[in-house]
Amino acid sequence: MSATPATEVAMQALRQRMGDAQGPRFWRALEELADDAHWRETLHAAMPQLAALAPMDRRRFLKLLGASLALAGLAACSSPPQEQLVPWLRQPEGMAADEARFYANALACAGDVCGVLVETHMGRPTKIEGNPAHPASLGGSAPALQAAVLELWDPDRSQTPLHRGVPATWDDFFAELAKLSRGDGRGLRILSGAIVSPTLAAQRDALLQKFPGARWHRHEATGQGQALAGATLAFGTPLQPIYHFDKAQRIVALDADFLSSMPGRLAHARAFAQQRKPPRMNRLYAVEPTPSLTGAMADHAWPMAHGEVGVFAHHLAVALGIAGTADRAADEKRIRAVADDLLAHKGQSLVLAGESQPPAVHALAHRLNQALGNIGHTVDYVAPMDVVEPADSLAALCKAMDAGEVDTLLVLDANPAYDAPADLGFAQALAKVRQRIHLGLYRDETAQLCDWHLPMAHALESWSDLRAWDGTASIVQPVIEPLYAGRSAHQLLAALLGQPTDIRALLQSRWHAGDDEGWNRSLREGLVADSATAPTHPSAVSADIPASMPTADDLELLFRPDPTLWDGRYANNGWLQELPKPLSQLTWGNAAFISPALAAQRKLANGDVVELRLGGRQLRAPVWIMPGQAARSVTVHLGHGRRHAGHVGNGVGFDAYALRSDRSPWREGGLQLHATGEHVELAATQHHHAMEGRAPVRAGTLDEYLHDANFLHADEPATPPSLYPAKPPGEYAWGMAIDLNACIGCKGCTIACQAENNIPVVGADQVRRGREMHWIRVDRYYEGSAQAPHTHHQPVPCMHCEHAPCEVVCPVGATVHDAEGLNLQVYNRCVGTRFCSNNCPYKVRRFNFLQYADVKTESLKARRNPDVSVRNRGVMEKCTYCIQRIQTAHIAADREGRPIADGEIVTACQAACPTQAITFGNIADPDSAVSKAKASPLDYTLLTELNTRPRTSYGAHLRNPNPALGDDA
Amino acid sequence: MGQVFHPRFGLYVQLVLFAVIASLACGVLVWRASTAEPHGIGEPLEQPVPFSHKHHVGDDGIDCRYCHSAVESHAFAGIPPLSTCMTCHSQLYTDAAALKPVVDSWRRGVALHWQRVHQLPDFVYFNHSIHVAKGVGCVTCHGRVDRMPLTWRAKPLSMQWCLDCHRAPQKFLRPRDKVFDMTWKAKNQDALGMALVRHYHIDTRRLSDCSVCHR
Repeated sequence: MSATPATEVAMQALRQRMGDAQGPRFWRALEELADDAHWRETLHAAMPQLAALAPMDRRRFLKLLGASLALAGLAACSSPPQEQLVPWLRQPEGMAADEARFYANALACAGDVCGVLVETHMGRPTKIEGNPAHPASLGGSAPALQAAVLELWDPDRSQTPLHRGVPATWDDFFAELAKLSRGDGRGLRILSGAIVSPTLAAQRDALLQKFPGARWHRHEATGQGQALAGATLAFGTPLQPIYHFDKAQRIVALDADFLSSMPGRLAHARAFAQQRKPPRMNRLYAVEPTPSLTGAMADHAWPMAHGEVGVFAHHLAVALGIAGTADRAADEKRIRAVADDLLAHKGQSLVLAGESQPPAVHALAHRLNQALGNIGHTVDYVAPMDVVEPADSLAALCKAMDAGEVDTLLVLDANPAYDAPADLGFAQALAKVRQRIHLGLYRDETAQLCDWHLPMAHALESWSDLRAWDGTASIVQPVIEPLYAGRSAHQLLAALLGQPTDIRALLQSRWHAGDDEGWNRSLREGLVADSATAPTHPSAVSADIPASMPTADDLELLFRPDPTLWDGRYANNGWLQELPKPLSQLTWGNAAFISPALAAQRKLANGDVVELRLGGRQLRAPVWIMPGQAARSVTVHLGHGRRHAGHVGNGVGFDAYALRSDRSPWREGGLQLHATGEHVELAATQHHHAMEGRAPVRAGTLDEYLHDANFLHADEPATPPSLYPAKPPGEYAWGMAIDLNACIGCKGCTIACQAENNIPVVGADQVRRGREMHWIRVDRYYEGSAQAPHTHHQPVPCMHCEHAPCEVVCPVGATVHDAEGLNLQVYNRCVGTRFCSNNCPYKVRRFNFLQYADVKTESLKARRNPDVSVRNRGVMEKCTYCIQRIQTAHIAADREGRPIADGEIVTACQAACPTQAITFGNIADPDSAVSKAKASPLDYTLLTELNTRPRTSYGAHLRNPNPALGDDA
Repeated sequence: MGQVFHPRFGLYVQLVLFAVIASLACGVLVWRASTAEPHGIGEPLEQPVPFSHKHHVGDDGIDCRYCHSAVESHAFAGIPPLSTCMTCHSQLYTDAAALKPVVDSWRRGVALHWQRVHQLPDFVYFNHSIHVAKGVGCVTCHGRVDRMPLTWRAKPLSMQWCLDCHRAPQKFLRPRDKVFDMTWKAKNQDALGMALVRHYHIDTRRLSDCSVCHR
């Protein structure tokens, strides 16, 4: 199959216009920038998703119509079932049948540890919120955190111990283990992920003491190894930096995605966004080879090859007078301007490098911070939780296994058979081990190669403890009994050590021995008070840092963790598979990101399959043209192409680990890229729900704002008159304000909404047809050239228009207004004409084309929020402003005869947002937070000219570019 | 011009018409039968224990809230845990045959399964606490429970029936201290109702909004 003609035409047009883009100021897809005719046609079709339907003749249409009528009639013929009431024998105190209870907890998710509050209904965990008291969350939450609750209820989870694929019992295994416990542990190796639990670390130490011949290896496919090596290079000892973005006025991010992939990301995002409230704004410079969410927030984002980042840092060091000489920099003007800006903010600036950069760049960043007097102000250093010595690495383990030195391998919640670098040959080495034991949530790739597979208890089912990135400790408490025969790693190790297996007692003796009050307080608050690691005062940074040299490779290949699936451990999570990846808006799969320039040179279009050759290894991958990608860099995301993930994740995307090497895990030069002539259609949502060129995003610079705060409203007409009735009459008027200046595009809101409102997953095929069901989508707009665009994120929920166009076209009154201004969708009235969706200028309505909600799988039923109706096929749905939360607060306030307080109602998206970009409340009250947000001169509504008078409004996006650099991106 | 229709054609038409009418009637009957509620108004349900509200409320005078303890604070009024029954029945009628399931359940630690009498569809989010707080009496929806030897449904619980009150709450409201009173009657309900709507600060503009009951 070759590229579709339409895409081909678009790309030709694009190639012609690449240099002098004449398209709209803001654009979502490259076709739009090139003003492609086919793109306009797609937009003008009322329902672009219908275009994907196969053509159908009249006879077949009538047949289907008749069949569906008959079946729908039959389906309606069922009487309501007789319900039963089963009371308690003894009712626990405070356990009401219909009230949500929240338990403070902590979760290790995607390389970060966060405090959370787990919402439970009748003992069933249904939703996860951030814990406002925890420093790594501050109330916000990331998609992977939210999705942990779906992982708990995943029907594909491993349910019973297996011995050579045959169901066995834990007692069988413990009998086997008893043999192991004799001897000094020679030949025993244990492999786990990074150890972030102090109790697990203590158990490890006890184990190594009891079995001196044993070794404990750690493997984290997307760990912090390079960053720690960089700190060792700088300070002589591995230290972990703790960044204080609340004190940093000038930030230089050297390929450092501190907003979405570094540990402490939610805290970073909060502090960073707080410093961007006009009239005071910080300034972020980002240099990176592949666009990240951090680069998208930058005031100046300069794409450059991976190796050039180090050179940039070196030139910066020269300009600041702390490194010797260098060749004249190509971008001297930029370097000078950044250096001057940093020098003007000594002690208030910050330079940081990302994990994918080599240790020398990290060391140089530390050195720059020292020279700028930032250490102790904007950056502190703490001892890291877990430092992996080379002898404890996965490479050392593979070598030992290969040499036949390993008799027993115990794999604790790790999946090296999938995520080990290809050159280590893990699977072949493992075959030489006599006894292979695997403990994990799923019967994954590694479990398939082991004799014993043991089901692990989920984090929400077990006792443990975790340390966050700054050292704050939390007790992990079970919120539900294990659903299956799972046990935690602690329990397994306790059995091996001959310790008592009561982990709760072990934890209490560790943290609050004999102090029940303190123990209960730590459990209630979700953290152990004053447990953060004290900062150390590092010695002076070594001046002996090797200078980075530009690499001479033609093409380079970069590896990145997947923004939602991380290293692949969440591949069986439908929410995370279907969440459009930030920036690329791809779902259900990955692609090789290439720059527009490379695409033009190789005549490649989105979805064209190429063969990536690196050393002796090759991999076929579809390409995705990424605006803002460095010209000669190709990026692949890890975490896809799983073979034994489960029903959801198997075979989705390609496995980029096949090209990865242990020596150079994040970047490889010498890439060869060959077109294969094949084409696949990727499930991307970036074309969906387009509002055409009507300037949905408004943006400007801080200077413009300071010059005239009303600059965005200069040529806005006054509100035109309307034939609709005046405002709804209620006592409250619900409204929402979304601050685009704070939104970092992480899509935590989308997943939070999905969890709260029982939104189904539809699958790749349905997404390709434009049928994804997310009630709040995050649109991504570009501004400027395709090579180095500015990026704007825009979350779009229902606007709850006061004069709603959807309501007047509904023939059955299924969408109506209530007295408090909510635009309601009455599922039981809806007959599925979809007129409302057609008439919605914001494209926020979602239709159940098929029976998307899984009403058969028992465990998924238990996950659902009982306060929200589950929608069936043929029904329209959309954002309700979390009406269940409004009503709960309404009833509580009305019962007590008091008004609803400002901030009492928090919508799911608002609660999840790490930067507090979303404000919700009563706009009839001029003192409410939302009224104040809407009073800002930056506030605007979408498509004002249509006179729909939306209740949702936006705060415009401002940049704070360096005046010395003019409009240099 | 010859005869267009055969003489027997009239019979065929009659037969076909009859068949159509008969099958439609059958269809309606089948549909009615299959979508009917599991039990009707005033029809007592068989329960594992023949629990009598008449005895407990009418004769003994136990307050509603002794057993339905969450009715003032939660959506679900609460079915008493077995421990509540045992506060009395660990001493009284311990050997009665009718109470055997209760005693057995308590001894063996296995919960009783009661048949639900008042059940609403899943898309209706009814909340007891707000109705009690705003002066809707138990008897208004549940009837004279104090006269029911076995519990039955006294009102249709249909949306039309709910709306009767949501559109004109003044016809049904009572003072807060009379909510649990089975026998109270207002002297002048209209005047009292209007005063109570103001007193309870009930926003009648939103009371018939879909969002009040459906989410």
